[in-house]
Amino acid sequence: MELFNILRDTLLDLIPIVAVIFGFQYLVIRRPVPHLKRVLAGLVMVLLGLVLFLFGLERALFPIGSLMAEQLSAKAFLPALVEGAERHWTHYYWIYIFAFAIGASTTIAEPSLIAVSIKAGEISGGVINPFALRVAVAIGMAFGITLGAWRIVMGWPLQYFVIAAYLVVIVQTFRSPRNIIPLAYDSGGVTTSTITVPIIAALGLGLASSIPGRSPVMDGFGMIALACLFPIITVLAYGQIAEWRAKRSRAQSSSTTK
Amino acid sequence: MPFVYSLLRQSLESMRDIAPVLLVVGFFQLVVIRQPLPEHVTLLDLGVGLLSVVLGLTLFVRGLQVGLFPVGENLAHAFARKGSAFWLLLFSFALGFGTTVAEPALIAVAGQAAIVMSEGGLIAPTEAAQDTFALQLRMVVALSVGSAVVLGVFRIIKGWPLHLIIIAGYALVLILTLFAPAQIIGIAYDCGGVTTSTITVPLVTALGVGLATAIRGRSPLLDGFGLIAFASVMPIIFVLIFGIVAY
Repeated sequence: MELFNILRDTLLDLIPIVAVIFGFQYLVIRRPVPHLKRVLAGLVMVLLGLVLFLFGLERALFPIGSLMAEQLSAKAFLPALVEGAERHWTHYYWIYIFAFAIGASTTIAEPSLIAVSIKAGEISGGVINPFALRVAVAIGMAFGITLGAWRIVMGWPLQYFVIAAYLVVIVQTFRSPRNIIPLAYDSGGVTTSTITVPIIAALGLGLASSIPGRSPVMDGFGMIALACLFPIITVLAYGQIAEWRAKRSRAQSSSTTK
Repeated sequence: MPFVYSLLRQSLESMRDIAPVLLVVGFFQLVVIRQPLPEHVTLLDLGVGLLSVVLGLTLFVRGLQVGLFPVGENLAHAFARKGSAFWLLLFSFALGFGTTVAEPALIAVAGQAAIVMSEGGLIAPTEAAQDTFALQLRMVVALSVGSAVVLGVFRIIKGWPLHLIIIAGYALVLILTLFAPAQIIGIAYDCGGVTTSTITVPLVTALGVGLATAIRGRSPLLDGFGLIAFASVMPIIFVLIFGIVAY
């Protein structure tokens, strides 16, 4: 039953795309698709792969992940309070560690990020290392989610965080190698799809419903937004570091040849 | 035989990709939380789930390289040969709109958002009002992604620098945030993230890179990427405007 629902959802996702592609291919371009059989086999593999992936996540990871998010923010798990004392934001340290670790690890396994990194490695002729790119995005994602969790604990408005992140991105943009900029901007959007969103949502919801004064519906939002922004910063930083290292090794090799 | 071999190698890579998640979950379960698994999750579930995740990821990545990437690139080249910007832009809009309007993640977020809106008193607390809002929100977001892909493709044709447009977009987001009702801000910011699904991302990337390769004077790395970035900023702008105009 579950498998059937996932298949239906994924088909709903795929059908409009296939309709648009083949509609334009045959009505506007009026030329057959090259290697049609191969391409169709590939699309079926994408569909089956995604269905199996989601099915496996829902069977194993999502129930445990959301339960863990709940357990970690439950009262029983936090340090005992002295009578009348207020809860300090540092009491939630396990939440921050969990948010960081789960954000980083799920991003490494994110299928759409794998896709973009393969493409980037291909067209950069090996200058951009696909795995390093994914690690850079994962670190950014982990920071974004941790900050999102901290924001829910503190109850501060989302806008301040988003504006600050925008400012960092803008400053970095003018100091980064030009080649990395479009890829960095793209990596913000690709991180949040299949695997990360349900876990983040569970974490946000669990936190917002266990902390007094937060409403799950109002404060649960916003985590995805931060998770989208920080990978831009870390990928730009990856480009800056790579450029700096290339410069340094060039300077070294030129000084040794002198 | 080479196909089977490449699948095997791919599945090893998938295992490597999944390993960090297992480590994190295992560590927290065994060291930090130290509580038995919930009753509705058995060890069999875990085994079956893990196996399907690895198998699924393997098939997906192979399918990308065999099916989705070539389709996107081939279309880009065909449009570039045809030389008609009108059809290309129409295609871009249809692709952006079509992939977003039925996106399951967006439907889920729109439903959540409708509840936030009625709790905030901006729409009536009836189911009909919530459904109307959710549908409107989905349409606004789908329109925004459609126009984002159009703008992104137009940029590739013209060769405009991406960062100036995106920074202008950020500025617009900041200005609109000042005027938008508080309840819609979180929703708007999140809508940027949920629109790009696992099937759309590879296809749109292949389209952009293919176009930048086919059009003379464009660099795939400089001009080919950026479509996803537009598709993440544009929904924020559209939803904020929607919030200002409608409420």
